[in-house]
Amino acid sequence: MKLDSKIPKGNLSEKWDNRKFEMRLVNPANKRKFDIIVVGTGLAGSSAAASLAELGYNVKSFCFQDSARRAHSIAAQGGINAAKNYQNDGDSVFRLFYDTIKGGDYRAREANVYRLAQLSGGIIDQCVAQGVPFARDYGGLLDNRSFGGAQVSRTFYAQGETGQQLLLGAYAALSRQIHLGKIEYFPYHEMLELVLINGHAKGIVTRNLITGEIKTHAAHAVIIATGGYSNVFFLSSNAMGSNASAVWRAHKKGALFANPCFTQVHPTCIPQMGDHQAKLTLMSESLRNDGRIWVPKSKETAKKLREEKIKPADVPEDERDYYLERKYPSFGNLVPRDVASRAAKEMCDQGLGITKNGNGVYLDFEEAIGRLGIDVIKSRYGNLFHMYELLMGDNPYKTPMKIFPALHYTMGGLWVDYDLMTTIPGLFCLGEANFSDHGANRLGASALMQGLADGYFIIPSTIGNYLASLGFEKVNADHPNFEKEKQKVLKQIEKFMSINGKSTPDEIHRELGKIMWNHVGIARSENGLKEAIKQIQSLRKIFYKDLKVTGETNNLNETLEKAGRVADFLELAELMAMDALNRKESCGGHFRVESQSKEGEAARNDKMFTYVAAWEYAGENKKPKLHKEKLTYENVTMTTRSYK
Amino acid sequence: MTINVKLKIWRQKNAQTKGKFETYVMENINIHLSFLELLDELNEKLIKNDEIPISFSHDCREGICGTCGLFINGRAHGHLRGVTTCQLHMQMFKDGETIVIEPWRARAFPVIKDLVVDRSALDKIIQAGGYMSANVGGAADADAIFITKGIADNAFAAAKCIGCGACVATCKNASAMLFTAAKVSHLAILPQGQCERMRRVRKMVDEMDRNSFGNCTNTYACEMDCPKNISIAHIARMNREYLRSVLT
Ligand SMILES: Cc1cc2nc3c(=O)[nH]c(=O)nc-3n(C[C@H](O)[C@H](O)[C@H](O)COP(=O)(O)OP(=O)(O)OC[C@H]3O[C@@H](n4cnc5c(N)ncnc54)[C@H](O)[C@@H]3O)c2cc1C
Ligand code: FES
Repeated sequence: MKLDSKIPKGNLSEKWDNRKFEMRLVNPANKRKFDIIVVGTGLAGSSAAASLAELGYNVKSFCFQDSARRAHSIAAQGGINAAKNYQNDGDSVFRLFYDTIKGGDYRAREANVYRLAQLSGGIIDQCVAQGVPFARDYGGLLDNRSFGGAQVSRTFYAQGETGQQLLLGAYAALSRQIHLGKIEYFPYHEMLELVLINGHAKGIVTRNLITGEIKTHAAHAVIIATGGYSNVFFLSSNAMGSNASAVWRAHKKGALFANPCFTQVHPTCIPQMGDHQAKLTLMSESLRNDGRIWVPKSKETAKKLREEKIKPADVPEDERDYYLERKYPSFGNLVPRDVASRAAKEMCDQGLGITKNGNGVYLDFEEAIGRLGIDVIKSRYGNLFHMYELLMGDNPYKTPMKIFPALHYTMGGLWVDYDLMTTIPGLFCLGEANFSDHGANRLGASALMQGLADGYFIIPSTIGNYLASLGFEKVNADHPNFEKEKQKVLKQIEKFMSINGKSTPDEIHRELGKIMWNHVGIARSENGLKEAIKQIQSLRKIFYKDLKVTGETNNLNETLEKAGRVADFLELAELMAMDALNRKESCGGHFRVESQSKEGEAARNDKMFTYVAAWEYAGENKKPKLHKEKLTYENVTMTTRSYK
Repeated sequence: MTINVKLKIWRQKNAQTKGKFETYVMENINIHLSFLELLDELNEKLIKNDEIPISFSHDCREGICGTCGLFINGRAHGHLRGVTTCQLHMQMFKDGETIVIEPWRARAFPVIKDLVVDRSALDKIIQAGGYMSANVGGAADADAIFITKGIADNAFAAAKCIGCGACVATCKNASAMLFTAAKVSHLAILPQGQCERMRRVRKMVDEMDRNSFGNCTNTYACEMDCPKNISIAHIARMNREYLRSVLT
């Protein structure tokens, strides 16, 4: 297989126009002859489904929640970037492009990222037209803030609920098309297989989560927009249902999986407080603007704090280590997400962690309250402090918060070309589920931008080019491949129900999470990764020998749903470890302990690794095949990040 | 610290069968557990005992997706104001307490299984008209219209509804007025929403009436139990909007 990224010719700024011009079009009267399946109703899926229906295509929209509006995108807090330069502070399309490429540690495609920056302004226009109530200033113009260490203010926001408001906008557009009869809507449906005919994606198999019915759906093209796979780690900031099943099953049908090891950890989450914890809660990054992060200097003190024999206030100033300020004097507590996360883990690994299980550091506002007064702190972070107190029962005005990094976002995903088509013709992938724009690290407020750029603006153009190459005959589900895939799904369900062992899907998932966090988490080593692969393989065996699922197949059965998702996580996890093992360099969110500078900072190896690692599935328990898409940088120079 | 609690939980196999309460005793519960993690723990036990775990809806577990929704000790999302079920923690409960857990009960929300109900009627109200008809492609520059901060903030205060259905569940008439009004208000307040203002309110209210929701008799219960503190002032606005639209 040869990877063709289909990057258009011409100057960076003309590529998208050039591509749009060379693409074939489907004439307006013919659009209604084409059916398109869209799996996922997050920002990427909802925006795609609505825009395609507006163009006249027949769309079928699927999600596993009871309503499209509940997709995980709803939880995004901080905001969405756009190069509008409304603040007159020197922003431009090129600067947003540059920041994103650099932030991704030079592992993303120039052409894709530039297009993303070009489209960013139009997203805000569209959202405002839909009624998204972005924050405004007193003069009535849109307000912006700077986010994630950016030097310009280009982030649009709706209080701490930006994702919610954007998704409600896209959901409203989707709802309108449902009402108009252009979208057939399937909530409570989970995609469990992709169906190919002559190598082209022509449909899916779903399970109705309420009735258990397994059904086939046919179309001229399939779009997957099912979000990221952070939940491989069991504990993450993602929603409980977020999963990798759609992308993983497409991968097993031939779609290459790109950069699976590129995952992002968020430094300020509320730490795990017990073995039964089900997910981790994110606390906004903005807290690091005023909070100071520390651990005690001595292990004995840390032990006493862990055992609650003393309180943080009992630790005198000169026995505290404000380690970020010490190690990175110029950026201090504001170093990027990956650097802050790694440092926290290092401290805890040395036995200096302060929560019961040793995985936590302090985020202290005492100095800021002294400097600014309690009212200022309250106005800046009041709601976050309140949320923290609800969860932890501690008052952060009086005692420091406890925080720890958690898995948050996955940059890797299905490999797509410039048109967002995977290596399976007719199968497209949008949003967090694809690998396209963030390289080895994503900047804050850029995921929402990417999901909406993909759905509102890119796919409506590029899918036409594919459809125009097909005939108008209806695709229907009577081709034998549909029945074959349906039987496969039924067989898998039967298998899960019949093992009748002792371990629940959650128990095995939790074990997998531990392996991943220990070896494929913030810091990765050759030995650790090899160990992880071994452990994952043996856990997979346990899963198929000892799984326990009760309940019925023709009724709502969350344990059964979970079993399927865990089965896929158990396979994807191994690929992540393999990819991490292959990438013998540190870049972005991927830190290999063998590849660091003398000062212990991440060291990229551009000579060997300036490529996208795209993996081809080779069959059960066979080593996947690596394909390399070389990355070239013609418009930026590759530099090294430094925060000292 | 740990506590013991007794759970009385509504079990119902499906819409066709009758349901009943079952009692479960949970001992040595870490007070840092969230309320839903307590149910997770109970479910793990049930599976291991060869029993069918309790179905309940949830996803984000951060109070934003609106998926979770349990009627706890007679209140939608429990007694604490301004929070969702997933934001409740065991430290908010007393040692030895009996906690009664029921699904949302409303004619428009039939039970699917145990604590899970069908809320698709809320989606239908939005589908009928809860939007601006603005196709992608033609939007003007976002700053072309000035919207004063007050208007933007007011629209936001209505738009932050998470569609959980607590307002319906807690209302003795099972009315969806607060839900519908929040959306009507959000769009009617904004200048972009003016073109379809009349049509929108009519279509949404008519759809609401078609879906077996009850009438509003101003008990204010909905506002009390709304996890996002949406104000009933929006209901008054919707009533005005509706009158205007049928009279003009
Ligand atoms: C707590 C938190 C805060 C964040 N804050 C920000 C922020 O401030 N700014 C920013 O830019 N980004 C932020 N992000 C990241 C961003 O929210 C996500 O990357 C983005 O929303 C993903 O959108 P999506 O449309 O790709 O997928 P999702 O929103 O995850 O949607 C996935 C959809 O796929 C469906 N689905 C999944 N699997 C299946 C299946 N097998 N069958 C059928 N349907 C399926 C689901 O039902 C859902 O509809 C945040 C993330 C988290 C976790
Ligand atoms: S689970 Fe999302 S609001 Fe409770």
